Amino acid sequence: MTLAATRSRPSLAGAFAHGSTLPVTIIVLIVIVVWYLAAIPMNRVLSEPLIAAAGGGLGNTLSISWSLPRPVLPAPHQVLIELWNTVFIVAPWRPKSLLYHCWVTLSSTLLGFILGTLLGVGLAIAIVHVKALSRSLMPWIIASQTIPILAIAPMVIVVLGSIGLTGLLPKSLISMYLCFFPVTIGMVKGLASPDPMQLDLMRTYNASTAQVLWKLRWPAALPFLFASLKVAIAIALVGAIVGELPTGAQAGIGARLLNGSYYGQTQQIWAALVAAAVMSSGLVWLVGFIERRVALAMGGRP
Amino acid sequence: MIASLRRNPLAVIALIAVSAVLLWLMAHQAALKPGATFWLGVLVLWALIWIGNDALSGLSTASPVAARLRNLAVPAIFGVTLLLLWQLVVKGFGIPLVLLPAPSDIWAKLITSLPTLKADFIQTFLRAVLPGWIIGSLAGFLVAILCDAWGFLKRGLLPLGNLFAALPIVGVAPIMVMWFGFDWQSKVAVVVIMTFFPMLVNAVTGLQAAGALERDLMRSYGASYLDTLLKLRLPAAMPFIFNALKINSTLALIGAIVAEFFGTPIVGMGFRISTEVGRLGLDMVWAEIAVAAIAGSAFYGVIALVERAVTFWHPSYRARKGS
Repeated sequence: MTLAATRSRPSLAGAFAHGSTLPVTIIVLIVIVVWYLAAIPMNRVLSEPLIAAAGGGLGNTLSISWSLPRPVLPAPHQVLIELWNTVFIVAPWRPKSLLYHCWVTLSSTLLGFILGTLLGVGLAIAIVHVKALSRSLMPWIIASQTIPILAIAPMVIVVLGSIGLTGLLPKSLISMYLCFFPVTIGMVKGLASPDPMQLDLMRTYNASTAQVLWKLRWPAALPFLFASLKVAIAIALVGAIVGELPTGAQAGIGARLLNGSYYGQTQQIWAALVAAAVMSSGLVWLVGFIERRVALAMGGRP
Repeated sequence: MIASLRRNPLAVIALIAVSAVLLWLMAHQAALKPGATFWLGVLVLWALIWIGNDALSGLSTASPVAARLRNLAVPAIFGVTLLLLWQLVVKGFGIPLVLLPAPSDIWAKLITSLPTLKADFIQTFLRAVLPGWIIGSLAGFLVAILCDAWGFLKRGLLPLGNLFAALPIVGVAPIMVMWFGFDWQSKVAVVVIMTFFPMLVNAVTGLQAAGALERDLMRSYGASYLDTLLKLRLPAAMPFIFNALKINSTLALIGAIVAEFFGTPIVGMGFRISTEVGRLGLDMVWAEIAVAAIAGSAFYGVIALVERAVTFWHPSYRARKGS
């Protein structure tokens, strides 16, 4: 009761006392402070001669530790500056722009996500309807995920490349392989979730298998589908990033990471990481947003 | 046909066995570039095994041992058929080794390069995956207990934990390689970071799983916080903790192998995969994948067994005995 009351009437004091805004803010602040402090000892190897040359002192130590060109640990503001420069200063279609790399990764993520969702839903529908499939296929679907697919990503890319498939599709296939699993598992559960009474009712209506699927099983499975899709889109992004590692690092977030690690461009790595994090949470939020809209359209309570 | 088969288990087993042996024999002939009749035969045998397997999965049996055998046999037959078809297609159509090696080639490579595979396994699995998995899960668990004792920390950390769980954490691999060097230490660091948040989120949820009634009972006993934690809430949290351990077992393997792409000494599964891909030694890559898959499945299986022993009281295990 009290929880519902604070939810419906968000007062400032309530948010501070019970909400998570204040604790999250404080913990984020602590992380930033620790980050700045940690940058001093971690960059010591690089900064020590420079500080000595500048004459020592606290002011010099801080300013030099936090502004090295290739630091071991860049200070937060250095990452922000790198982000600003690569996002807003450079034109978005140039390979130096972070937005360009984001788009490359995003496009293969989305294609893989769509393919994986279609495969996952298709498999789930087949498994729910064919008993032999549920007995024989399910254990292999689960076993397929104990193979670290990300580890064979390079091979998949190279093999597909040698038969002429390059660019978007090979990366998407890795995302697809990662995506289909949570969707299949969730949808098998979801499509089987209508209780026997409802299924019996459909039988008394003389409904065909297709009608039972579309009018009963599918709507009942939607909450499961969206829960799976949130997991799926996050790992689709991971798949796309790892898929970019072996292709000689041409474009994409993965390429930025690999290039950054080869040439010691620490800010570039951190900026790519931040971009990946923003993309990932944005995509998960988008799926959640569509979920709420679909729930509303189906007559759910807001 | 299936309906009549269902009443006769021996016929089902005979059908599957004969078809599988025939398919096995045909797999040996596949390299002779056979004609259309051969492939028609393959298709018929495949269909027969499929029908047999379908009938087998529908067999009802009273004895639990037989039911258990059946539940093991159905996926096993499916898998063996898949391997045989793989062998047949690769050899029959003469698919080059650089595209897809046949299971027999992979097996031959596996047998001849056991020392290399063993060294890679020790480097990646025993030195990176296991320590990282233990440290990361333990750290996540301890922080979860801190969160549980101190609500402020929970409200501050849990939203961040949920956010991090969705992030592509593999991306920290290049940074860890830069900080901790090329050897196994950097891989352990990546695995620790990857396994920390799933355990944190799951353990915090699990610690809230004990019901209000049971907690009230503990209070009426005058139990201390520690007693309640050890005797009620931790046991109640075990299903969630084992869930995180299972998720972490696959994450740890992925983390360690991917981290090796960013720099490693000249040993390790990720290193071997990326260099052999470069040399188009696909049979070695597949042998490494087979090792990874077996190690990953065994790891997962051991955790599942321990889970069953620890959370024997959980409904999902008790229900199985009845059916």
